[in-house]
Amino acid sequence: MKPFTRRTAVAAVLDRADVDTDQIMPKQFLKRIERTGFGEFLFFDWAMDPGFELNRPEYRGAGILLAGRNFGCGSSREHAPWGLQDGGFDVVIAPSFGDIFRQNCIKIGLVPIALPAAQVKRLQQFGGRELTVDLEQQTIEDPSGELTPFPFDAFERHRLLNGLDDIGLTLEHEDAITAFEAARG
Amino acid sequence: MTVGKSLFEKIWDAHVVHEAKGEPTLLYVDLHLVHEVTSPQAFDGLRLAGRAVRRPDLTVATMDHNVPTLPGPIEDPLARAQLDALRRNCEEFDVRLYATGSGREGIVHVIGPELGLTQPGMTIVCGDSHTSTHGAFGALAFGVGTSEVEHVLAAQTLPLVKPEQTLVRFDGSLPPGLTPKDVVLGMIGQVGVAGGVGHVFEYAGEAIRGFSMEGRMTLCNMSIEAGARAGMVAPDDTTFGYLERREFAPTGGEWERALDRWRAFASDDGVRYDREIVVDVEALEPQVTWGTNPGMVAPVGGVVPDPAQYADPDDRGAVERALAYMALEPGTPIGEIRIDRVFIGSCTNARIEDLRAAAAVASGKRVAPGVTALVVPGSAAVKRLAEEEGLDRVFVAAGFEWRNAGCSMCLGMNPDVLQPGERCASTSNRNFEGRQGRLGRTHLVSPAMAAAAAIAGHFVDVRELDVEAVPA
Repeated sequence: MKPFTRRTAVAAVLDRADVDTDQIMPKQFLKRIERTGFGEFLFFDWAMDPGFELNRPEYRGAGILLAGRNFGCGSSREHAPWGLQDGGFDVVIAPSFGDIFRQNCIKIGLVPIALPAAQVKRLQQFGGRELTVDLEQQTIEDPSGELTPFPFDAFERHRLLNGLDDIGLTLEHEDAITAFEAARG
Repeated sequence: MTVGKSLFEKIWDAHVVHEAKGEPTLLYVDLHLVHEVTSPQAFDGLRLAGRAVRRPDLTVATMDHNVPTLPGPIEDPLARAQLDALRRNCEEFDVRLYATGSGREGIVHVIGPELGLTQPGMTIVCGDSHTSTHGAFGALAFGVGTSEVEHVLAAQTLPLVKPEQTLVRFDGSLPPGLTPKDVVLGMIGQVGVAGGVGHVFEYAGEAIRGFSMEGRMTLCNMSIEAGARAGMVAPDDTTFGYLERREFAPTGGEWERALDRWRAFASDDGVRYDREIVVDVEALEPQVTWGTNPGMVAPVGGVVPDPAQYADPDDRGAVERALAYMALEPGTPIGEIRIDRVFIGSCTNARIEDLRAAAAVASGKRVAPGVTALVVPGSAAVKRLAEEEGLDRVFVAAGFEWRNAGCSMCLGMNPDVLQPGERCASTSNRNFEGRQGRLGRTHLVSPAMAAAAAIAGHFVDVRELDVEAVPA
């Protein structure tokens, strides 16, 4: 996993509540057996509409997504965060996330930041401009120069900052796993 | 009063492999279910790292999402390649596979229970959000992503932050004509699609005790639609009666010992839940969704809501977009919504009782002109049993199509899809935009309500129909 410390990028705004992973990555692309190349299918059905928010020219090359509450609800498909990451996004900021989606993001090094709804709305005014997300400092810097601090689980932050492989970390407890299995017979 | 332990806490505590302050808990996984869509990249990851499947004996695979429900070869080359990849991966890593045509195949959340693989007190994961289904047996079961699938394949464990717990208490007994699907849709309507985020739901109350295992599976299946990580029902004699003599259930003295162990998986008195929700079952009517998430639901006697009645601007925006997508006007009576298609199937509602309930409504009637109706059993075993009971003949005589087992039109990853603009009464679990086919419009209902809609050509209160006893 690629480490994440800090990124300055254009922020795109998708201010809709309860965006499900079926919208982020529609099912017809789930038949691929590869892990890469999902970016071009991101929000595929919605993107056919020229009026779709993320089609706006000022969002071209965006790396930070400012989303609505319960972003990524529904299906467990990791293809949704793969698509966001492959489509250039390293950070998603929303008032809340679907549990499995959030977990999937953490596993692949896509940073999900939960902030109170009013703070997300405030940041949305900077859509099309650059924000700087600093995971080390746990701050978001906006064009007004203001720093918005954000909470983040310490262990997850450590993993993301260092790009640590989860399976590798778990296998350090190989003895404990073996002992657990032995105790159960 | 002493603080008791909940069902969830008992299972959690019994599976802790390692814990340390400031780290997620490493939890052991008893059963890992695998299907073709979310596993190929996980097996690739194992190969790249030179890792084996740690416990192939605790890993079971089947083919469900991509499988066509009509006989004949798979024409979609991508679907075929994904199924071939699963077959190769299972051979290479020595994983048991119930392939199409084996007679034991079916939707992963239907075959786990019916083979007796799903048992009380277990931890169960699968790369599928509807893994919550297995909680009906008093198991801790939840969906995971592909990275976690790879993790479980390699280490038979998962690092997890302990979720909070909500007690969902259903008050009152189930009124006649109401089904578990109506109860769960009503519950989601009440708590919302994010109402369970970060939580495990434990379902309790008189109505739940009266549910069959099929009914409890429908309820737990849709826990994820309320945002909950998992849903659970404490095991009881109904659970044990269902499991006895299933292929992988314990036998003889082992069975007796298992019963003693399983009976302990009930919540103690004095559990401190993080939250409690009460649902008044007796106030519920048969439910029909009108929008684009399962929380957008109304009683069959109700009307499509007006976005103007929502105070929160996010809610109002969501309802406006949903009504535009669904091509519905505020104030339209639910009973006046006409349908083009009917889908009876999915991991929510494709078990034998679901098919019996739908057949009871369809018996001796005809599908309305212009409506196409599909019945897709949840597994090859459900199909065989339904055919022994003659349900297939009831459906076919009424003008329904009778298909082979699979996920089918629940998510349209196979040839069963809605065409743009088509409106469907569906017993599945998600009415998201495009879920059943691009620009398709899905209304979630119970199997009895779906069959009634097929006959009438529009939504109708199944309690007002002349429904004969379940044919058996």
